[in-house]
Amino acid sequence: MVPGAVPADKHQQKSPYTAGRGMPGAFEGETVTRRRLMTGGVHGLGIAATAAFALPALGFALGPVFERTKFAWQPIGSLADFNEETYVPRVITIVAGIGEAGKSTAYVRLRNPAIDTEPEDEFNKVIAISTRCNHLGCPVRFTQAAGKFICPCHGGVYDFRGLREGGPPVRPLDRFYTRIVGRQVQIGPRYSVNSQLRRFSPRDPGEPLDGIGQYLYPARFSTPKAPPKN
Amino acid sequence: MPKLPAPPLPAALQPKPKRPGTGNGKVGPLDQAAEAGITVVDWIDERTSLSGGLRWMMFRKVPKGTNWFYTLGSAAMFAFLSQAVTGVFLAMFYDPSPTRAYESIRYITNEAFLGEFVRGMHKWGSTVMVILVFLHMGRTFFFGAYKYPRELNWVIGVVLLILTMTMSFTGYLLPFDQRSYWATIVGVNINGTGPLIGPYLSDFLRAGPEFGATTLSRFYAIHMLLVPGLIAAMLGAHLYLVAKLGTTAPPWIKAEAEAEPTLTETEV
Repeated sequence: MVPGAVPADKHQQKSPYTAGRGMPGAFEGETVTRRRLMTGGVHGLGIAATAAFALPALGFALGPVFERTKFAWQPIGSLADFNEETYVPRVITIVAGIGEAGKSTAYVRLRNPAIDTEPEDEFNKVIAISTRCNHLGCPVRFTQAAGKFICPCHGGVYDFRGLREGGPPVRPLDRFYTRIVGRQVQIGPRYSVNSQLRRFSPRDPGEPLDGIGQYLYPARFSTPKAPPKN
Repeated sequence: MPKLPAPPLPAALQPKPKRPGTGNGKVGPLDQAAEAGITVVDWIDERTSLSGGLRWMMFRKVPKGTNWFYTLGSAAMFAFLSQAVTGVFLAMFYDPSPTRAYESIRYITNEAFLGEFVRGMHKWGSTVMVILVFLHMGRTFFFGAYKYPRELNWVIGVVLLILTMTMSFTGYLLPFDQRSYWATIVGVNINGTGPLIGPYLSDFLRAGPEFGATTLSRFYAIHMLLVPGLIAAMLGAHLYLVAKLGTTAPPWIKAEAEAEPTLTETEV
């Protein structure tokens, strides 16, 4: 066939070149038609323009999931305020600047080697138990007469050390890192424990940590880092 | 088209038909007003062709046996419209900050003019909407109205049900009293028990590992901007498919012989 000649039926042509397919005004060596280029270009521009506002907005909404929260050591009293026999409640600030909603209670006592079998280190000379029930997050109360923590919502019961004794909770009560500076007791970030009181980074209530649980409910990016060991 | 029967008025009150030959040439203010209305509607219709779409939407053939159960969908839609309107006006007083939310709700309830009434409509209306959505779903299920070719409309309806539940969940926190605070804590933690993804979803809902400074405003934005927009869009698709596919007859209506038409034209 003579180059540039229009075949009988131009739609039947399989030539990769627009000239070979008999396109009017085709350039030599041109394979992509101008219509195709325009369609692709406009779609590409549309996607780029949408991504330009949608991706930052999505990142903005998802940001807190990946942002590590800071923590500060808070003083909760002097060593003489606490004892080995029973708990003393202390109101602590979990989130600053939002009033009552950002506060929580911790039950604090001194470590008692007779009952506290987990290994001792600088962060558990004073034991601070979180009041957040590990069923679904209601506040538990330490009942002096029974020596147990009891949750008002769905009847979870924990023993003196915060280990689950009955009801729906899936793991022992969370604890807080504590340290002693001079004679002052300070409270730090939260950590979760499994039924052997092994430490894990803080998990939400309802997430078991024994067996497969620690893998089904992985650590999050947003929780405060554990304090460095000296 | 058959003529509607005349209302049972005494003869003296019934409008008298115009005598032939009178009323020509003289145009009263009433005729002028009617003419002006027609002109405006014509002007819009000439430029938009809206009347065709309206006729397609409003004047549909409905099957024999259509009954009060078929109004549950419209009822649920009106419950949503009521929530939208009362919600917009509540938003003029509400302050989604953890330290001032409760106070702003207290102001709406105790001091703002009609505040208790409008808030009451929104609060009880949410329950009414959930009940109506479930009744509508039950009607669709028991009448078999989810079958071919209406499966997609069932799917859209399920999405609308989930969105309605999301509205209930996010709206419950907003009064920010003890009940709403702890109920939301429990709700978010239930959500967190989903394996692998649950903990991160909870972080997304709370905007962090703990109930924090922006959790309330996040719930508020989801409650008043994100989900209502989605519901409105889904509702549009739901209604379009209802108009396009038509409604089903109740299961107790048997198909009749071919000679007799089974459809009657009714305004829905």
